[in-house]
Amino acid sequence: MNVIEVRDLHRVYRRPRTSLTVPGTRVEALRGVSFDLPRQARFGVVGESGSGKSTLIRLLAALDKPTSGTISFQGKDITGLPERRLKFLRRELQVVFQDPMGSLDPRMRVRDIICEPLVAQGHSDPAGRLKELLDAVGLPQQSADRFPHQFSGGQRQRISIARALAPNPSVLVADEPVSALDVSVRAQILNLLADLVERFSLTLVFVSHDLSVVRHVCDTVAVMRSGEIVEMGAAEEIYESPQHSYTRELIAAVPTLRTAMRRFA
Amino acid sequence: MSALTVDSLELSVAGIPLVTGVSFTVGAGERVGLIGESGSGKSLTATAVMGLLPDEVDAAGSVRLSDVDHDLVGATEKQLARVRGRRMAMVFQEPMSALNPSMRVGDQVAEIMLIHGTRPDKATARAAAVELLGQVRLPEPAETARAYPHQLSGGQRQRVMLAIALANDPAVLICDEPTTALDVTVQARMLELIRTATEERGTALLFITHDLAVVAQTCERVLVMYGGRLVETGSVKEVFTAPKHPYTRGLLDASDLEAVDEHGRLRTIPGAVPGAGEFPGGCVFRNRCTDATGDCAEAPVLSEVDDRGFACWNPVGGPA
Ligand SMILES: Nc1ncnc2c1ncn2[C@@H]1O[C@H](COP(=O)(O)OP(=O)(O)OP(=O)(O)O)[C@@H](O)[C@H]1O
Ligand SMILES: Nc1ncnc2c1ncn2[C@@H]1O[C@H](COP(=O)(O)OP(=O)(O)O)[C@@H](O)[C@H]1O
Ligand code: SF4
Ligand SMILES: [Mg+2]
Ligand SMILES: [Mg+2]
Repeated sequence: MNVIEVRDLHRVYRRPRTSLTVPGTRVEALRGVSFDLPRQARFGVVGESGSGKSTLIRLLAALDKPTSGTISFQGKDITGLPERRLKFLRRELQVVFQDPMGSLDPRMRVRDIICEPLVAQGHSDPAGRLKELLDAVGLPQQSADRFPHQFSGGQRQRISIARALAPNPSVLVADEPVSALDVSVRAQILNLLADLVERFSLTLVFVSHDLSVVRHVCDTVAVMRSGEIVEMGAAEEIYESPQHSYTRELIAAVPTLRTAMRRFA
Repeated sequence: MSALTVDSLELSVAGIPLVTGVSFTVGAGERVGLIGESGSGKSLTATAVMGLLPDEVDAAGSVRLSDVDHDLVGATEKQLARVRGRRMAMVFQEPMSALNPSMRVGDQVAEIMLIHGTRPDKATARAAAVELLGQVRLPEPAETARAYPHQLSGGQRQRVMLAIALANDPAVLICDEPTTALDVTVQARMLELIRTATEERGTALLFITHDLAVVAQTCERVLVMYGGRLVETGSVKEVFTAPKHPYTRGLLDASDLEAVDEHGRLRTIPGAVPGAGEFPGGCVFRNRCTDATGDCAEAPVLSEVDDRGFACWNPVGGPA
């Protein structure tokens, strides 16, 4: 059974005039997006800035409503459901964002950041679960008593992953989770995500502008341009032999060490 | 003489060393990358060269420009103001914080020329500004000159920064992570622009980033920094194909998303960068290095021959 089914999703924004050169108009952030995610799929979404990736994520997480089209989650249509009927989604689907600093409350200790969703859920043993989670994301137990600003970027991303995993979700959605990180930390976090997805049998939706990053954690990839999916298929295949010219441009725009070193050959 | 010569630069805060014994040169028209993880001391080095260190940071050593007759370390603010934006300029990671939000971008480009008197009057400076905005490939430069920073995209603001930096044809240009915040396609265009602009003008470029692929694409020579020290130097070709320092090896391995270890995992550098003042004694990389031996309790020095050097007792692939 599919965990998520997306049908002909549209999202139109009305934008006030902000630029001298671009008049304020309607922005079609999503223009007819459809796909199915089977249980434990690892689904990557790539595309350049403004292609609609985050808009899609917000709709999947029911943080925003589509202009038209439907999203069903575990067989249930979630489009247009009122907040009080979205409780199951708020538990089953968790989101990790690019900027961990912006999404972690600076005045809260790590313990409370991670336990907040557990307490809200009436979990029987939040302290035990906290221990388990810190362990799973590779943070020392003493971290629990510290504040977000006392951690490096990579550690903060581990905290937000622990928080996301706390309610034991079946779907993890990550919007550019490694874009702000150093190369060495990026590799650590990608390994961690791959481990956790496996260990907790998660369905993963992973957004990035970098196909070489997505390829590493995803089995399926959708390439987005101007609110549309222009190419979708097996991650390896799309990376090795992209069919759409836009996908080729996207791959060429991200310098990899290997391609960049060719000029010295 | 090189366009930029940094010699034995030492930076500290309240006695805590942040940058130690850093020496390097950048020749006219040369493009040199400065790489290392976040917290390695790259930005501090750049701010020291620009004479923009915060008050609490103590500096020793020397920073010289070929066309300036005094040392920049210990120079007065008045001396530095004559050099900054004229003989050397910098493009920062976050253009919004470096641009004046309430001034039209064309006027900001013109202003830097008027301050240094490289254009005789306002009208000439304004015309030159529009021309520069066109050179950094901003669309409709005359229109864009009248825009305020918030009306431009992140990539466009970076181009404005570059136009301001290039306005007085400086001998030295420093870029600190200029493309990290940009979209991939915008980044690719910005890198191309930096390369051609410095090539055409014979500008010495110091390019700071943690992205090795960007260095491989942009620079000829590279300096690897960790724990406030240069740990390896050399041509991009040699350092990236035959690294001698285990830290450089680790950065290269972690950057390669096309290779995985026997467990299908990306390779990483163990542990994390310590905070300022928390690096181990001896070799600063000792607590994260898988090749560390007893020798490493003593700090290895960077010995350079023909711009190629490394500071390690047990170099990758053996000595020499
Ligand atoms: N709240 C909003 N109001 C108006 N326009 C919006 C809003 N949110 C997004 N947009 C527009 O919708 C389009 C898609 O935006 P979205 O944030 O989904 O892009 P993205 O693919 O996530 O880009 P990035 O890689 O930069 O994060 C863009 O043109 C954006 O400017
Ligand atoms: N003004 C300052 N006072 C104290 N410590 C500082 C100051 N500026 C930077 N540092 C510290 O020096 C180290 C190097 O910083 P930085 O040069 O910004 O690194 P990079 O640019 O390589 O990421 C970091 O540990 C940072 O916290
Ligand atoms: S000197 Fe020792 S600890 Fe330092 S990098 Fe070399 S082997 Fe590793
Ligand atoms: Mg986005
Ligand atoms: Mg920096």
